[in-house]
Amino acid sequence: MKPILEIQSVSKKFRLRHEQKSYLSLRESMMGIFKKDSSSNEDFFALRDVSFDVLPGESIGIIGKNGAGKSTLLKILSKITPPSTGKIIVRGRIASLLEVGTGFHSELSGRENIFLNGSILGMKQKEIAEKFDEIVDFSGTEQFLDTPLKHFSSGMQLRLAFAVAAFLEPEILIIDEVLAVGDAEFQKKCMSKMEDVSNSGRTILFVSHNMAAIQNLCSKGVYLEKGSMVMQGKTDEVIGTYLKNSLGETTFEKNSKENKVCSFSKIEISKIPKGDQTSIHLNIEIVSSIEKKVALDIRLQSYSGNPAAFGSYGTFNESEMLTLQKGMNNFHLEVELSGMANGLYSLSADLTQPFKEFYDRVEQALLFEYCYTNSLKDSVLLQDWNLGYYRLPVSISRL
Amino acid sequence: MGLRELWDARELFYFFTWRDIRVKYKQTFLGFTWAILQPLLMTIVFSIAFSNYHAQQNIPYPLFVCSGFILWNIFASGISGAGNSMVSNANIIKKIYFPRLIIPISSILVAIFDFLMTLPLLIIFLIYYKVSPTFGNIWMLPIGILMAIVSTLGPGCLLAALNVKYRDFRYVIPFLVQFLMFVTLFINPDKFAHDRIFQEILALNPMSGSIALFRGFVLGQEVDFVLCGISCISAIVFFLLGIYVFRKTESYFADLA
Repeated sequence: MKPILEIQSVSKKFRLRHEQKSYLSLRESMMGIFKKDSSSNEDFFALRDVSFDVLPGESIGIIGKNGAGKSTLLKILSKITPPSTGKIIVRGRIASLLEVGTGFHSELSGRENIFLNGSILGMKQKEIAEKFDEIVDFSGTEQFLDTPLKHFSSGMQLRLAFAVAAFLEPEILIIDEVLAVGDAEFQKKCMSKMEDVSNSGRTILFVSHNMAAIQNLCSKGVYLEKGSMVMQGKTDEVIGTYLKNSLGETTFEKNSKENKVCSFSKIEISKIPKGDQTSIHLNIEIVSSIEKKVALDIRLQSYSGNPAAFGSYGTFNESEMLTLQKGMNNFHLEVELSGMANGLYSLSADLTQPFKEFYDRVEQALLFEYCYTNSLKDSVLLQDWNLGYYRLPVSISRL
Repeated sequence: MGLRELWDARELFYFFTWRDIRVKYKQTFLGFTWAILQPLLMTIVFSIAFSNYHAQQNIPYPLFVCSGFILWNIFASGISGAGNSMVSNANIIKKIYFPRLIIPISSILVAIFDFLMTLPLLIIFLIYYKVSPTFGNIWMLPIGILMAIVSTLGPGCLLAALNVKYRDFRYVIPFLVQFLMFVTLFINPDKFAHDRIFQEILALNPMSGSIALFRGFVLGQEVDFVLCGISCISAIVFFLLGIYVFRKTESYFADLA
């Protein structure tokens, strides 16, 4: 089978201008004719020699840290910007969705914006008219169709925008991190819509920081780092490598020479929760100068840095407190995460005298991803939804 | 020129033009009336201010001004619209691909729409002054209008492309338009009949030929075909240059905008 998309050693070079000028002025470039100061310029490769093929019907997840070149790659694929070197061969109609609501105009009504946006995304007027009712239905904004967009709430604007995009029917669909919008219900709708698209045999290229979404949607992954492709292959393997690389080591070590009563010398994640497992296993090494009773606290923060959860051995129950021996102490800790939102967490740890004193604090020692993969069926929260970090168990009974 | 691609995306011309027209008159009390009001007011102002300056023997001065002004407006608002169009649509250009030429051309289509809206004004003037167009010269009407459009497309696309890279052109455009308006509307070539070279230099302004042809039909003015030919060639040269520069630089718009 011939690839529908061939990316052949594509690079994109930007010239960094160290003078902080946002754009060129005519005077400057005329001055440049007389004055040569190449010292202020520096080449920056947003992409360096990236090649891969995409077969028809494949869904490819592109992952990598911020600044890895994912968006640049998508921009090149969607012909928005040309590659500096390399070649792209496309054998199909591409539609790209790098932003929701491209071309939305706040003065125009919802109805008018559906047509405008649809047309900009490459739909024919006839197509839009045919799908109009479905689009409106999907967005859930029928009441406001004739209201200028500026009076829409931002959530409604996003929903309308995504609804239009959801009805695109290209052979190749390029999507950049747009699923991180709207409320949970809408998110779910979007995900299942995307699955439909993928199942209908169309080709998808999808950039996201949401590993669960990538895993769910994509058969193949491409991992970029600093503009270069680190690996491509099966989604699980690529995500695994990515997490291993970008989440840093699973081991945190420090040489404590400080004169502390007791301190962490090593924290190691021995088992990351994967699949249907919900607990994280930690090996912890503590050095203590005296025999001491302490409480051990574990704090989780979301990737964005918000405190998300707290667990402790000892803080809430003094009888539980650990007794440290002089010298090296090793513990195995298991923290149950079920009910937590899927996503990246950083782990911090404290040794305390509960409510009195900190003996040692280790901030963001490790980064891990909680990725409960049965999640979408079981409706576990995703961090990206911004609904919080814990799904409350709710039960109800008829009175 | 990528005509095939433009044709495939033809609906976008419609949508961009329609959007700009909608937005232009949204939240205005008088709405589309503004399209007529502007040239009307300009005609009145010019008639009061300049009627003594160069009166035409047989043509009522307001008619003379109005006929020139509405065609001139295609060029003036077309150029300023197109010139700024790439920058004002930067958010779209950075996020999606479509043939870039659609954007400046749509701005010019808006100007053409305004022109069509003002035609009734000219007809009212003609009826009021009991002047009948010279139907023997009717072929001059489409050619005059076509020439105005071609004259606008070239510099419009050129300025759009340059403006992406050098924002200086944002300030150049209004000055350019005003300067050319002075040259086109207020300098009457007939007054320089003794200085042929000067007349020919003035004819390099593509709009002068276009307006001469338009007035040739509407007012029955005599047309100097040599001068019109110069304007026509100038229009075509600018058109080709504008399109060439635009096509040459368009792939980098998203990086620069």
